[in-house]
Amino acid sequence: MKALIPVFPLKGILMGCLWCALFCGVFIPQVHAQVTPADSLKLIQLNEVVIISAGKQLDHQKQRKPLSTLDEFLESSRSINMVKRGAYAWEPTMNDMASERLAVTIDGMQIFGACTDKMDPITSYVDVSNLAEAQIGSGQQGAVFGNTIGGGINLKLDKSNFRPTGWNGSLESAFESNNTMRVFGGELNYSDEKFYLNSDGIYRKADNYYAGGDEEVKFSQFEKYNFSINSGYKLAEGKSISATLIYDEANDVGYPALTMDVSLARAVIGSVGFNQDTLFGNLSNWQSKLYYNNIKHVMDDTKRPDVPIHMDMPGWSETAGFYTQANFNKEKNHFFFKWDGFYNKSYAEMTMYPTNGYEPLMFMLTWPDVRTTNVGFYAEDHITFQKASLKLSTRLAYHANTVADDFGLNSLKIFYPEMDRTNTRFLKSFSAQYHKMVKDFHFNGGLSYGERAPSVSEGYGFYLFNSFDNHDYIGDPELNTESSAEANFSVTLKKPIFEITAGANYFHMYNYIIGVVDPSLSTMTIGAQGVKIYNNLDFAQLFNASLSGRYTISNAFKLSGNVSYHRGIDNEGENLPLISPLSYRGALDFYKNQFSASLSVDGAGEQTNYNPAYGETKSAAYATLSASFGKRFFLKDNDLFLKAGIENIFDTNYSTYTDWNNIPRIGRNLYLTISYSIN
Amino acid sequence: MKTLKYILAIFFLSVSFVSCSSEDENPTVEQNPVEGLTMIYEIPAADHTVQIYSEKQNLEVGYNEILIRIKDLASDTYVANAAPNWMPIMHMETMQHSAPHSMLTNTDESTVYKGHIVFQMASNDTEYWEVVFNYSLNGQQKEEALRIAVSQPTDELNKTQVFMGSDDTRYVLAYVNPKDPKVAVNDLQAVLYKMENMMSFPIVENYKIPVDPRMPGMGNHSSPNNEDMTYTSATKMYDGKLSLTMTGYWRINLKLLNENGEILKGEDVTEANPESSLYFELEF
Repeated sequence: MKALIPVFPLKGILMGCLWCALFCGVFIPQVHAQVTPADSLKLIQLNEVVIISAGKQLDHQKQRKPLSTLDEFLESSRSINMVKRGAYAWEPTMNDMASERLAVTIDGMQIFGACTDKMDPITSYVDVSNLAEAQIGSGQQGAVFGNTIGGGINLKLDKSNFRPTGWNGSLESAFESNNTMRVFGGELNYSDEKFYLNSDGIYRKADNYYAGGDEEVKFSQFEKYNFSINSGYKLAEGKSISATLIYDEANDVGYPALTMDVSLARAVIGSVGFNQDTLFGNLSNWQSKLYYNNIKHVMDDTKRPDVPIHMDMPGWSETAGFYTQANFNKEKNHFFFKWDGFYNKSYAEMTMYPTNGYEPLMFMLTWPDVRTTNVGFYAEDHITFQKASLKLSTRLAYHANTVADDFGLNSLKIFYPEMDRTNTRFLKSFSAQYHKMVKDFHFNGGLSYGERAPSVSEGYGFYLFNSFDNHDYIGDPELNTESSAEANFSVTLKKPIFEITAGANYFHMYNYIIGVVDPSLSTMTIGAQGVKIYNNLDFAQLFNASLSGRYTISNAFKLSGNVSYHRGIDNEGENLPLISPLSYRGALDFYKNQFSASLSVDGAGEQTNYNPAYGETKSAAYATLSASFGKRFFLKDNDLFLKAGIENIFDTNYSTYTDWNNIPRIGRNLYLTISYSIN
Repeated sequence: MKTLKYILAIFFLSVSFVSCSSEDENPTVEQNPVEGLTMIYEIPAADHTVQIYSEKQNLEVGYNEILIRIKDLASDTYVANAAPNWMPIMHMETMQHSAPHSMLTNTDESTVYKGHIVFQMASNDTEYWEVVFNYSLNGQQKEEALRIAVSQPTDELNKTQVFMGSDDTRYVLAYVNPKDPKVAVNDLQAVLYKMENMMSFPIVENYKIPVDPRMPGMGNHSSPNNEDMTYTSATKMYDGKLSLTMTGYWRINLKLLNENGEILKGEDVTEANPESSLYFELEF
């Protein structure tokens, strides 16, 4: 039995508070002497919402680049960074934590990628055409979506929801010069008070892109299409059923940072739901859903020259799940309850073709048919006071992993002779978030504790090659549950013409899971540097701080910007990998008479805290400048919207800390988007 | 509700019935002691025959497990207490020599005798193997000689090593198990004999055989948690552990160490020296 770990270790909290106090101390004096007009008490949560919905008429002005990939939308969020292995299928990270520490769901559905090398984060299986918004919760504020450490992202599907709009449709197309990306999309919707049907499709095809200085990045092409249908039918007043089907397929996806490409990444995502306005008299907004998704991912190296050995690496991931949730309001208490569960099956294999044709094929199971069962209960109480509010939340979950395949079990027993086929754990999360309004200042502070089980790769991966640090990775089925104590604090000064927020969070993580080199092991992948075994570090610390602001210069001009600082160290004070250097973003937006324009700058400082042991090299400071122009025309009842822009105006050749193998990012890029909507 | 109760009752009854009956059946199953084996030779004699069984279809160079039984034609029964022994002899053009072999011993079934022979070479038109059997039948000592064919294994993999050690002794090392290797930790088993003279190959005890499996096709990838083979007196064989991380072609690099830990044959696998001169080959 492992030792019991105190829920809120004193040291971590003290340190966290100290850091927050120090940080906030720097910023508060600059903004305190402001006039305070009466403002309605509006809760400012740490949660963020990124608007995506492409076809929705009025949102176009807010989007600098409609029809950009979902990845680009997410990247525009101030709390999300994207890890890039090419032009496609970027992996979202939040608070410097990636997939295995985040709960990423699509409309509340748990979906798990089928690629052992994380080439298919689930955000790659939907497109902007399907989505209304991305709901983002930092840290345990994301626990409503699942067990998490770093936070949760829910990609909310776009639905008409019985709005009496009748028929409407739109056609959209975009072109980008750099990688000659062509995008064609369309949607057709019908909605009345009894019934709605939304359908959309989108097709994207891109060739290799060119980094700054006309440097072609080979194997960065991709092609993908996505269709979705969702529908709802009102059974009676306050009672409706709904269904969703998404089909997403990508072919010929190049991964310049890896030694393999993807010939097929396919997802079928379906769900049926039942919604009722009330339940048992007291509960309201009762929503339930049953869902199933099936993902197939096939890696392919047949188009690569000079591979030392040709290999096939298909992977499958199937998930079935449910949730049911309801609200309950009692005076100042606003309760929310959710009961959810899923069953996932992850299977991946690798077949290598020996250069001596007479030798037998080399076969291994890289994911040994791992069955994951997770059933959880989430509850929150949002208590409102006169000028303050308190949100208490908890998630309690049962989590089990079973290795279903004997071949895979015996393979892992080479490393862990005593391992059990099944591993169960109980995962807990608690959080308290307090918001207080003093004149124009909003103070937000929270303490929370969360746990997560190791991912399939961390627990059961078998010789998974990671080209970032050039090591083979082997999972450990006997890993301890990772846990995190988190403290966050932010202060916002809100005025009609400007708003400024300073925030910071600190994660003290126990049993931090990371690959550690085992020099006694021999590599499997030809050319790999060594073998790492996933291991629990005693602890690790992550600290993130940001300062963001918005200033309304006039009715037409708005200025916004943010700067963020991140730091992550392990129990020996060494830097953790993939931690962002100081980064900043600023934009000047103009909007008047259906004409919009923007000028934005993105940049980061030099990465001073990096760790060569994890394959990192120092990434240099950079800044890029982009501009966009848009105009909306009314043609009778219909809408024509044109938007053009130029990204990376100075054709800077740069790569960021998240770019695998320092593959440079896209250079100067011109884009043009046309959307025509028929009402 | 009532029907559900009945269904449940029937279900439980049937489950208990099924489980009871299967328990009863098990002990009564008669086991054929040569089930799954091939009778590769039968020596006809006046009043009896000697049947020779193997797992393989024919005898091969390397380790061969062989079972024999003697059928008394008069009583139509298999003979117990035959106390058989055997002697393999290679008839070459200019000389004769024997092969390392075990005694023939009783198996669980008293009429079946088991042993093994490690053939060092294949037979051909002019050079042939002969096995001379001695046994008692109804109180009389009998001798039968059988000319046999020994072929090279069809997989052409090296599983038998005949070599001169640094102590100027000639050794024979032969692979026994696993017959069906798996991606797992396999029980590795081998036999080790030394050549005293042309006709005598005693077992070598208490030496040590370190194991280093490699995949030459995968940059000489190796596996963890292998265990050196050491002598087991009960089986008179060398037992160790062999981890195989994937299917394919493996070269099991070996070393032979005597009681004092001195290397008699084989080298460490390093960057500069990718393979040992003492090895087995596996494919699966």
